[in-house]
Amino acid sequence: MTTEKINEQKIRLQTKDLTVWYGQTPGVKDISLDIYDKKVTAFIGPSGCGKTTFLRALNRMHDLTRGARVTGKALIDGQDIYDPKLDPVIIRRKIGMVFQKPTPFPTMSIYDNVVAGLKLVGIRDRKLLDEVCERSLKQAALWEEVKDRLKSPGGSLSGGQQQRLSIARALAVEPEVLLMDEPTSSLDPQSTTRIEELIGELKEQVTIIIVTHNMQQASRVSDYTAFFYIGDLIEFDKTTKIFTNPDQKRTEEYITGQFG
Amino acid sequence: MSKYLQNELTKLKKKFYELCAIVEEDVRNAVKSVYEGNVNLAQKVIDKDRQIDMMEIEIEEDCLKLLALYQPVAIDLRLIISMLKINSDLERIGDLAVNISERSVKIIGLNRKDDSFDFTDMCEKALRMVKDSIDAMIDFDLKKAEAVIEADDEVDKLHEAVFGKIKTAVKKSPDSFELLSQYLTISRSLERIGDHATNIAEDVVYMINGTIIRHQT
Repeated sequence: MTTEKINEQKIRLQTKDLTVWYGQTPGVKDISLDIYDKKVTAFIGPSGCGKTTFLRALNRMHDLTRGARVTGKALIDGQDIYDPKLDPVIIRRKIGMVFQKPTPFPTMSIYDNVVAGLKLVGIRDRKLLDEVCERSLKQAALWEEVKDRLKSPGGSLSGGQQQRLSIARALAVEPEVLLMDEPTSSLDPQSTTRIEELIGELKEQVTIIIVTHNMQQASRVSDYTAFFYIGDLIEFDKTTKIFTNPDQKRTEEYITGQFG
Repeated sequence: MSKYLQNELTKLKKKFYELCAIVEEDVRNAVKSVYEGNVNLAQKVIDKDRQIDMMEIEIEEDCLKLLALYQPVAIDLRLIISMLKINSDLERIGDLAVNISERSVKIIGLNRKDDSFDFTDMCEKALRMVKDSIDAMIDFDLKKAEAVIEADDEVDKLHEAVFGKIKTAVKKSPDSFELLSQYLTISRSLERIGDHATNIAEDVVYMINGTIIRHQT
């Protein structure tokens, strides 16, 4: 179970002493973490532990939060995500995000929803957009369900379909990393299963980080798990190790339901 | 069953088949080493036990991983619990193959032999039980599992026959005791292999219909 060494994996994303400040208060403190390429990493921990705060720091979402600032390093393929010369839009193309609630543009067609990111950067080539739309919807396992109604509004889809549409939109710009912030918490069990299966399929192509309140989900879908508690990273290891024999007492107490 | 669990179980079943095949080969080679007087073959079985032990640990860890990560219920839970127990039985069968091989080495060292003791039939019957019990597990075959449990009587009877024969032989020729005691241990080991196959089959019955049938007779 523990024969494979963690450090044999290729690192895609890395943080060094990363702290997110809200004014004078740190949301997460001195987080140093390696995210492995084409693996699923789950962030778990009780409400307010900082997992979403940390996730959002990975594609500069805090740039949009008043009073928030980030210290320390966040690197993608060794490149500083917070390099002031870098356009955050470029970073967010490399590191896409899927939110807790599906975020389709409700009146926009399914087609336009998927290619919105490309149109935003000025791509108008119809053939290319068609190809990207089909590829992304297939990757998000939605193509078969919507291929005959691409002109219908995104808002006409069910909750689970809308979330897969959001995933398709994130995939359309070919991100290297996909951040998922509780992507199934607003979905029914069947749609949740579908998204979990999709995560397993997508990790062949992209590196995935998922924040989840659902420990069972973390154990099912992830290869690595990071446990956060009151802004600290308590433990990071292979998911199998975390869920069978964690090193830290706090981790054990949390995953066995003694608090949280 | 989630796709994740399904994929993991497919891998685990494959490992089970591998372990079963190795154990089967070892038992057959151990018995072969007795009638061929082949010390190298016996030693090969003894040396391979480490591999079986490692595979047992690996399968156990896999089962624990599936329990921890996927929280299986109902048939999935019964399957994994059964695999955990069956895994131990297979490892014990591997130990018994080592035991037979050690007796074989001892017999070769004694430089004596009694060709009237032929364990081939007993060995094949015991191994058929082991194989059928594993097939029953993989195929969810209740009838096959029940047939294995019934077949144990045949192996027991063969062991009783050997025991009777040894008793007579010891009385007739007390100086052959050391040799005969080796044969008795071999027969006892094969009989124990049949018992382990029965345990496996009982676990398969539990896995299939949730009934614990141990200790009912």
